[in-house]
Amino acid sequence: MDALEIARWQFGITTVYHFMMVPLTIGLGLVVAVIQTLWYRTGKPEYLRMTKFWGKLFLINFIMGVATGIVQEFQFGMAWSEYSRFVGDVFGAPLALEALLAFFVESTFLGLWIFGWKQLKPAVHLACLWVAVIGSVFSAYFIIVANSWMQHPVGVEMVNGRPVMTDAWAVFTNNTALVAVPHTLFGALAVAGGFLLGIAWYHLWRRRHDGIDTVGADGKVIPGEAAGILGRDRSDHTVWIRSLRIGAVVAMISFAGTAFTGDLQGKLMFEQQPMKMAAAEAACHDGTGFSVLSVGNLGAKNCDDIVAVIEVPGILSFLAKGDFTTEVKGVNSLLGEYQAKYGTTLPDNPIYGDRAGQQIQYVPVMEVTYWGFRMMIGFGGVAALAALLALWATRKGTVPASRGLMRLAVFGILAPFGANAAGWIFTEMGRQPFVVAPNPDPSGIDQVFMFTAAAVSSGVSAGEILTSLVVLTSIYAVLLVVEVKLLVKYIRGGVASAMPELAHAPVDENEDGTPRGGPGKPDDDVLAFAY
Amino acid sequence: MELLPTIWFVAIAVLWTGYLFLEGFDLGVGMLMKGFARDNTERRVLINTIGPVWDGNEVWLLTAGGATFAAFPLWYASLFSALYLPLLLVLVALIFRAVAFEYRGKVDNPRWRARWDWAISAGSFVAAFGVGAALALTTTGLPLDANGDREGGPFAWFSGYAVLGGLAVVGFSLLHGLGFLALKTDGEVRHRARAWFVRLLPVLLLPMAGWAVSLQFLSGEAWTIAAVVAAVVAAVLAWNFARKGAEGRAFMSLGTFLLLGSASIFGAAFPVVLPSTLNPAFNLTVSNASSSDYTLGLMSIVACIGLPLVLAYQAWTYWVFRRRVSAAHIPEAHSFLPAIAAKALAPKD
Repeated sequence: MDALEIARWQFGITTVYHFMMVPLTIGLGLVVAVIQTLWYRTGKPEYLRMTKFWGKLFLINFIMGVATGIVQEFQFGMAWSEYSRFVGDVFGAPLALEALLAFFVESTFLGLWIFGWKQLKPAVHLACLWVAVIGSVFSAYFIIVANSWMQHPVGVEMVNGRPVMTDAWAVFTNNTALVAVPHTLFGALAVAGGFLLGIAWYHLWRRRHDGIDTVGADGKVIPGEAAGILGRDRSDHTVWIRSLRIGAVVAMISFAGTAFTGDLQGKLMFEQQPMKMAAAEAACHDGTGFSVLSVGNLGAKNCDDIVAVIEVPGILSFLAKGDFTTEVKGVNSLLGEYQAKYGTTLPDNPIYGDRAGQQIQYVPVMEVTYWGFRMMIGFGGVAALAALLALWATRKGTVPASRGLMRLAVFGILAPFGANAAGWIFTEMGRQPFVVAPNPDPSGIDQVFMFTAAAVSSGVSAGEILTSLVVLTSIYAVLLVVEVKLLVKYIRGGVASAMPELAHAPVDENEDGTPRGGPGKPDDDVLAFAY
Repeated sequence: MELLPTIWFVAIAVLWTGYLFLEGFDLGVGMLMKGFARDNTERRVLINTIGPVWDGNEVWLLTAGGATFAAFPLWYASLFSALYLPLLLVLVALIFRAVAFEYRGKVDNPRWRARWDWAISAGSFVAAFGVGAALALTTTGLPLDANGDREGGPFAWFSGYAVLGGLAVVGFSLLHGLGFLALKTDGEVRHRARAWFVRLLPVLLLPMAGWAVSLQFLSGEAWTIAAVVAAVVAAVLAWNFARKGAEGRAFMSLGTFLLLGSASIFGAAFPVVLPSTLNPAFNLTVSNASSSDYTLGLMSIVACIGLPLVLAYQAWTYWVFRRRVSAAHIPEAHSFLPAIAAKALAPKD
């Protein structure tokens, strides 16, 4: 295999993997910060328990995001040195600023939050979590600014064949980024919502299954206690039902948010990368109809093999332009335009290595774009619908006794992860064959572009990249197993797994006697928390 | 000489020095998990001295890398691609090390802990060695062609300087870690750390001194040679303070050694950021590898606001967790009866 192909697989695998941890970090971080704020305001022990339990899962996941994030920054230089040389003047800055203004904040203040339960005043301790969470939102912003520049290169001038930044404001307020950031944040919240919903459902189900909670004649829950197991008391029931409802509401709000911002993104994308959207539709000919189901060989070079079986007229125009009649250009007419503008074969330039002279495939892999787009929307929609049904099913205070429904809720945790991954795979694969996509735009940025074929490190052998692909993929696979095992262990452990203090002090005294924490004796607070 | 690229060369030198100063001791403490720490309680003392801060320290590496990308894209691209396999090792080491800190205490089982102890110890060693090798090679050169690409295959980067630089950062980190433990712990660990610090200082600092001195022969100037001499004086002071039990001063003296050593190394390398060993005409320099003045200006403004803020809140973290940690402070391992029992997950012992 060619170094380019291997490097692309490596970037895809490591990025999709990294982006399983990231949305959970951002989404769950926000949710835990809100819950701790509720605890700070009300002093209710359930909120402390929720903060500790969800906070523990948050940290188990957070560290994986940190560990896999370093690979991302190094990878540009290691495997994509030509890309780095080409875009460094404009693309490096958001990366550097992400580290300087976001990662420092995130890691430092999270360290304070983890270890500072007693050293810091409760308000300061809570503020540390908020600062860390805001740091993670900032990091999302900076990295999306960088990505959006690849989708919609703005604020530069070409000097000696390289884009040079001339307008930082344009780069950092790129309209592509301004809609992609909220879209990504809502996507992250959707992940957190599903996570809370599934896990809380499981705990409520087990409480019924184990005979702790019962259901009265009116169908309402009667919470009970399990003797001998720490944390399996009445308060525990409140922890889970409240978590479930928060999760369901977050899931529904975030679906609405992703739908709204996604629509804005779609409209931009029809202008900025029409081929991507045509490929998302597998739309060969110009038209107005949205394909509900298309069959045929999506991978065929001849687009005419694809037959739209079910098509809703007008909807495609609505997605693109907001009306029902504008003709949207299909793959066939766009292909000619791209070929006329950017050539039919890769130019004879050393930067392309052996790839010089190859035919340029302007049509992205349509199996991926067509189904990626639909999986993103489908998984997101299913998760939101499930959240609505879950709220209704739990209106009397607990979940149905059905084991099948419980399994559905637990596996439903994966749906928003799938939607996030599908969305990114769609948007990155849909940009091909460009790594920096030219925009057919009157503002004159249609000459800022780079073919992916030119971006890979020219001095690095295929063997080296294959080595790193194999090494990283194997390590990631092992660590995924470890992370999931630990998550399962702590989920099964319940609240007591995250609160050693439940074992060391009578529950009432610990939680009600010192509802808002507060510094203990100087000697005791050296390690309020210890690894 | 252009002003902004020169400022950014200094800025990147400062970021690397900050990285070596801060992550230096947590890499050192990590390596000391094996060999120095005698039992599980001592290992937990070690981890908890760096627990709240190691992740923030590691961001200095990301910032140094990101700043190099932004300010000197050609330097970043050539260095990182030429050192493909060694940097892969560094990444693997950093991944395992990070996960190990968080996961080690999550299962109360000696075998589980022993595996993660190895991850911390070996991970810290490999990361320190790899970063040191990369930094040494960026000062002494790589076989780069006119495009800045490595010639000669996946291992063409290897040279004695790679080993020297690797040992330099490993040695410094170990010593710095001992100094940090003497400062941050109490009881048995504190005294042993101080004794080791005094005994091992000469041998652990030798490789870094060797790197700094050999660079003076390659491209030294009067002031960088003076910096080397001053660094040696700082090392002697650190040794003397440690011997007298002035742990804080010993720690700061070693920090001064790093600062002067790093100034002498980066100063001697300037204005070349990455020499080509094939042809001096292919050298990457402050002028031919840098970004535009517009980008550097923008970054300068942000760094002038951002960097002092980072220093302020990181300093505050060290203040919040300023108390010494000792074996007596280490709580028992947190074992719990799972709310939801599962056979496979029942406690093993």
